[in-house]
Amino acid sequence: MRKLLIKGGRLVDPDTRTDDRLDLLIVDGVVAERAPELTPDDGTRVIDADGAVVTPGLVDMHVHLREPGREDEETIESGSRAAAHGGITAMAAMPNTEPAIDTASWVTFVRNHESQITVYPIAAVTKGRAGETLTEMAELAAAGAVAFSDDGSPVANASIMRRALEYSTMVSLPVISHCEELELVGAGVMHEGLASTMAGLRPIPAAAEEIAVARDIILAKMTGASLHIAHVSTKGSVELVRRAKDDGVAVTCETCPHYFTLTDDDVRTYDTSMRVNPPLRSASDVAAIKVGLADGTIDAIASDHAPHSLEEKQVEFDAAPPGMIGLETLLPVTLTQLVQPGTVTLERAIELMSTDPASILGIPHGSLAVGAPADVTVFDPDWAWEITEDWFVSKSKNSPFTGRKVQGRVTHTVSRGEIVFEETDLDRGNARAEGERESDELPLHV
Amino acid sequence: MRWTGRHLLGLEGTTREELLTILDTAAKFREILDRPVKKVPTLRGVTIANLFFEASTRTRMSFELAEKRLSADTLNFSASTSSVKKGETLRDTAQNIEAMMVDMVVIRHSSPGTPHFLAQHLDASVINAGDGAHEHPTQALLDLFTMRERLGDLDGKHVTIVGDILHSRVAKSDVYGLRALGADVTLCGPSTFMPAEVERLGVMVTSDIEEATSDADVVNILRIQRERQEGGFLPSLREYTALFGIDAERVSRMKPDVVIMHPGPINRGVELAPDVADSERSVILEQVTNGVAVRMAIIYLISRVRAAERAEELELLEVEL
Repeated sequence: MRKLLIKGGRLVDPDTRTDDRLDLLIVDGVVAERAPELTPDDGTRVIDADGAVVTPGLVDMHVHLREPGREDEETIESGSRAAAHGGITAMAAMPNTEPAIDTASWVTFVRNHESQITVYPIAAVTKGRAGETLTEMAELAAAGAVAFSDDGSPVANASIMRRALEYSTMVSLPVISHCEELELVGAGVMHEGLASTMAGLRPIPAAAEEIAVARDIILAKMTGASLHIAHVSTKGSVELVRRAKDDGVAVTCETCPHYFTLTDDDVRTYDTSMRVNPPLRSASDVAAIKVGLADGTIDAIASDHAPHSLEEKQVEFDAAPPGMIGLETLLPVTLTQLVQPGTVTLERAIELMSTDPASILGIPHGSLAVGAPADVTVFDPDWAWEITEDWFVSKSKNSPFTGRKVQGRVTHTVSRGEIVFEETDLDRGNARAEGERESDELPLHV
Repeated sequence: MRWTGRHLLGLEGTTREELLTILDTAAKFREILDRPVKKVPTLRGVTIANLFFEASTRTRMSFELAEKRLSADTLNFSASTSSVKKGETLRDTAQNIEAMMVDMVVIRHSSPGTPHFLAQHLDASVINAGDGAHEHPTQALLDLFTMRERLGDLDGKHVTIVGDILHSRVAKSDVYGLRALGADVTLCGPSTFMPAEVERLGVMVTSDIEEATSDADVVNILRIQRERQEGGFLPSLREYTALFGIDAERVSRMKPDVVIMHPGPINRGVELAPDVADSERSVILEQVTNGVAVRMAIIYLISRVRAAERAEELELLEVEL
């Protein structure tokens, strides 16, 4: 028997409505016991979680792992190490790889790939993500796909989207829609508003997202299918989803940390790590996203981790590919932006990053109930630190949060009872940030 | 003298004092241009690279002339394709410039923000000669210079800019400069050519040409690109001309001493009738001459900032020793 005891922490588990100082005993990869005071046997490994928060392992339902095709930017293995570093124990990988994940053999490849955490494949809606012919959803589901999406190439043809939603009801898996009306996006690279006017960058109106959200909600209502809307970023989209939910449509949605942290004003630096689709929106959109997270309109926070090589990003802003890495910053940015100011409670934040995405995808994660698989995240909620580029484990470094001061940091990640990440030097981050400041000053004295 | 900038990336955020420093300096250089020997030794030993990643004739010639009249060494690079198409990153381009030990870079590029990128990665000073639809600060400076020559202080004067505001870097730089100097600005053009929330820059916006120009002291007319018709912004150039083209009849309903400007090159008969372009009210060719003087001024002011930095570094070095 392999035993792991997480001792002295504040256990926050939305699934069992727990927020208490409880020890957590894991035996053979399963939660075995929770009690105020558990004493370890000989041979039990102990994690000292005094002062830390212990939660179900985080579930990131929207990531890009670039394998197969762009292994220079990320692999399933390197992405899984980055995930473990960020406290994530399960993630769903989008199929926009080269080739696309549109056959059972590719689904199996992703599902069975060596990895530090659990990786779930999302399969394409249409073959080659070309928006023309439906994939063999039943076979893909049987092989282990947890959802269907053409992600960055949204299904433009409403008739094909209708058929996809209808067909998906046979396998009871959600269709995830990247909502952008591409004609309206055109050659745009940032949100349309005062900031795009001042930056002179080609604009993308909020309507490009909202039209697609509205279309897919109407089609979901018509077909009765489960629709999940990826990375909601505008006030109008939040309102559309809220109304659809009131209306009883089977719709869920996610947003990403950058949509409640950054605005279109941040794009005015022309920093290519700020380029993302949908684009960073206005301050009023950010405010509406926060309301949606608090009132339950938005169901999940996902990273939309999109690694890009340095060469691809060190170019003109409008020539840079959209996307930012996010696996490792999901938790600290969410804690800093949403929990510390009191926008959402800690319990709600864990629901958004673990319990609810697990339930949308129907995967066995997001719970620390006795008998549940032992996926656990332990973090220090008071650790204030600065995100630095060399802190990232991901193969790519295109983060918009580099240089940002945050509070809260993962100290241990446990996947199926195994410790897959452990912060070894508990002052490492702070020490390094200080070291960099010193070296920055050097040239003045030379 | 109040100019402390190492670069000129745009006019956004520049103060009245800074603008007046540039314009007053330009006035001195403007006098030099009327002398028989139109050259001063001020920038001897300074190397300036002119990087034009987008076709340009007059701006490139104007900068080159300004540099030569200041006795700087110049280096010209023109390419119609951007570095991306050659598989070279912008960073590589920047490093190559750095390796050539140039002091100043003048850059024209179709992508907004390219001058900012270079400014972040280079020790050299960067002058924006037009970046996409973002800014074209030296064009605005020469516009301001020309307006001041005709009107004196621009505080309270009314300037109307007519045309494709959406794709215009000139319009935005003009707005920043004019607002800083206290002028009232009206933007006039088809609603498809108005950028989002542009009124938040403190300007009036209208599609009524009569309303926009009846009490204007200056009407600055922007070039209409023929390809905009294909882009779906306009039904036809013909309709544009009917609604917004400036001809003698429209001018007759403006103030008698209205100043007509155009950044060039003119699409004669589209946005501007030939007889108006060549009339007494037009200052279009004066704008071209003044362009050399304002570019000399900004290059000179930036070189002084660099010289002061070097002097400070030398002093620091002496203290250390």
